[in-house]
Amino acid sequence: MIGEGFRLFPVQASTFAEKLDRLYLFLVGMSGFFAGLIIILVITFAVIYRRRADRAPEKTRTSLGLELIWTVIPLILVMFIFLWGADLFLDQSIPPQGAEDVYVVGKQWMWKAQHSNGRREINELHVPVGRAVKITATSQDVIHSFYIPAFRVKQDAVPGQYRTMWFQATKAGEYHLFCAEYCGTDHSKMIGRIIAMEDTAYQNWLGGYTEETPVQAGEKLFVQFDCANCHESGRRQRCPNLGGLYGTTVALAGGGTALFDEAYIRESILDPKAKIAAGYEPVMPTFRGQVTEEQMLALIAYIKSLSPNVAATSTEGARRPQSSVPGKKE
Amino acid sequence: MSTQLAIFTREHYLNVSYGWKSWLFTRDHKRIALLFLMTITFFFFLGGAFATMVRLELMTPQGDLFQAQTYNKLFSMHGIVMIFLFLIPSIPAVLGNFLVPIMIGARDLAFPRLNLLSWYLLVIGGVFTLWAIVAGGVDTGWTFYTPYSSLFSNTNVVLAVIGIFISGFSSILTGLNFIVTIHQMRAPGMTWFRLPLFIWSHYATAIIQVLGTPVVAITLLLVAVERVWRVGIFDPALGGDPILFQHLFWFYSHPAVYIMILPGMGVVSELITTHSHKQIFGYTFVAFSSLAIAIIGFAVWGHHMFVAGQSQYASLMFSILSFLVAIPSAIKVFNWTATLYKGSISYSAPMLYALGFIGLFTIGGLTGLFLATTAVDLHVTDTYFVVAHFHYIMVGGMVMAYLGGIHHWWPKISGKMYPEGWARLAALIVFIGFNLTFFPQFVLGYLGMPRRYYAYADEFQVLNVMSTAGASILAVGYVLPMVYLIWSLRYGESASANPWGATGLEWQIPSPPPTENFEETPIVEEPAYNYESYSRASV
Repeated sequence: MIGEGFRLFPVQASTFAEKLDRLYLFLVGMSGFFAGLIIILVITFAVIYRRRADRAPEKTRTSLGLELIWTVIPLILVMFIFLWGADLFLDQSIPPQGAEDVYVVGKQWMWKAQHSNGRREINELHVPVGRAVKITATSQDVIHSFYIPAFRVKQDAVPGQYRTMWFQATKAGEYHLFCAEYCGTDHSKMIGRIIAMEDTAYQNWLGGYTEETPVQAGEKLFVQFDCANCHESGRRQRCPNLGGLYGTTVALAGGGTALFDEAYIRESILDPKAKIAAGYEPVMPTFRGQVTEEQMLALIAYIKSLSPNVAATSTEGARRPQSSVPGKKE
Repeated sequence: MSTQLAIFTREHYLNVSYGWKSWLFTRDHKRIALLFLMTITFFFFLGGAFATMVRLELMTPQGDLFQAQTYNKLFSMHGIVMIFLFLIPSIPAVLGNFLVPIMIGARDLAFPRLNLLSWYLLVIGGVFTLWAIVAGGVDTGWTFYTPYSSLFSNTNVVLAVIGIFISGFSSILTGLNFIVTIHQMRAPGMTWFRLPLFIWSHYATAIIQVLGTPVVAITLLLVAVERVWRVGIFDPALGGDPILFQHLFWFYSHPAVYIMILPGMGVVSELITTHSHKQIFGYTFVAFSSLAIAIIGFAVWGHHMFVAGQSQYASLMFSILSFLVAIPSAIKVFNWTATLYKGSISYSAPMLYALGFIGLFTIGGLTGLFLATTAVDLHVTDTYFVVAHFHYIMVGGMVMAYLGGIHHWWPKISGKMYPEGWARLAALIVFIGFNLTFFPQFVLGYLGMPRRYYAYADEFQVLNVMSTAGASILAVGYVLPMVYLIWSLRYGESASANPWGATGLEWQIPSPPPTENFEETPIVEEPAYNYESYSRASV
């Protein structure tokens, strides 16, 4: 915890930290055993068999049995560690349903975060205790890494990509937030605080905020960038209607499919010709250089929020190609 | 007395000719080895000076001694100089160059002129790197991650990259020379399974040097192309992919770690056997484990990228392969330990370095398992845990082996004995200083202190002060051998042909050896480390 003095083991403040520390302590114990074994054997042999004029060295015998023992036992041990680690790792790589959504943008040298209701923070992040929080991170310049030692989690924020991680805090308090990927002059100043609060306190903190949400901001941008002209118009159906597509698989022109996720939305805005939905012409212009990272996140939040019902009311329905209907594949 | 007189009168590779031309245009592998020795010793102390400044800054949590960007340049140049201009050439270019031909009973390497060229390439690469330093330095870290290195850093990235590119060819040529020499120039009777393990490990190293180095050369060239001409390769703003750089970089730079440890393992196999007068335990297992490390080592690079955004399934594959590459290293450690059993162990300085190597390399290897474990890596990657781990391998392992090897073969190289008492003291100082410097960094890493931080949270100070104190002890341990080895050139006792009572071919010829190594091509009739017949003969 921030402000605490010297210690040898870090604060344990997330569900993952508890699981990981068990594996870590097992590894420390196992390493201690093997390092101790080798060091004791080396010292013992060096003392007992020290060079003496009255004693010649004995002939070295080979032993296939010993070679097999010290090949197979370490092999079994490391495979056990691999499985233990892989289990935790896979668990940690898939955020649970219903996690609190937070978007994070790294830039030289600060962290900007935005909660789902629109509340923004810089170099600070308030999170609830006892509920999962999903971080979606990107960067607007070089690679950074969002690192919370007390939670034992870290994720690189890579420009041009969305990467997610999640955690569930178990203890209220203030914890370090570090940038862990070297990012230039003030890398070591790209730090902040994670403030974990009891859920009611967190809701109060969050609720005091009344400015527009990312969805509202995204809706405005959707009109401002003239996206609505094609994507929502019932008359000029040149482009797919976006309602309800998030999380589904869409068929692509020229074969293949793509998951309609954050990365796909982003790519389609910046590089529209890369993956064209089947049945449509490549008529969309690129918005590269016009949309900031934060605007992009707002647009994505808005597109995610669109429900299929909205789509049904605003289109002629019949002209929508089958291939882009959620859940149906050719 | 007669042998001492003989050394003054006998012609050997050092007194066969004099003058700078006889060195700068030499084709004798032994003289080229000495050229490399002087060059990399310079770079070792240069890199060490940068490390000293880094540790001094880290005495206090605030950034107070240097500017932030100066600090960033110091750790970057420490890494670049130590890795590309010291560790990669260290054992292969100095001890390998001197010993590979002699150990297999040859008169020189297969391509003597290419060997000289490889020294010139290292010097030219070094000059470009020095130019980059003098012009104001580089602040990208030795890893040159994009897009920071290609478009954001405003330091001398291109000069440094050219320096590494050129010195890479030095490494490729050395590797090529070793492969051809070991295949083609073994003396009659020197079959593959009679080769000293030093040769096996250099053979494995050479494979990595030849296959891996071109990839990093091209990758760094692409960084320069993107930087100078703004061609979109790695920067997403130009349509590139920053993760692609990491794949290409680590495809070389992880195997490069094995370039930096395999030759050390070869040296340790020689030191352990010689100074315990004992045949190696499990020769074939130690020999093939070198090849296994070289081959599997090419398929583990993704363990540097568990949090960088590669697919989690790729991460799991790289994780399991990284665990597999640990097994051959474990096999070596167990076999070295078993070799000591019922030996005749001398406490000479080379042996102290070798025993120190076993302990430190074991700790370095075991902590590598932590980093290969995907879930643990999420927490400790990019922290001081990683810094401690690779210093245990590269400094605790490779530099210990290098110093042990330099002492062990010093009588052969220089014809003089080093002062044993001072050398034992230096080995002890290095061991203590090293552990005090780097062990606290494991603790710092798990506490969460990120690497490459110029200022840090107050609670990390105690461990950082310990580390800096250790570094000052370590510095004494490194300066000491330099002083007494130079002293021994003039005042040391003359060395006999075989001061250790060793079996290798290099000990059957005079110290220092004549230019052509062997008057007559030796015929080999026994396996390596045949100490049984040796001790019977000499007792």
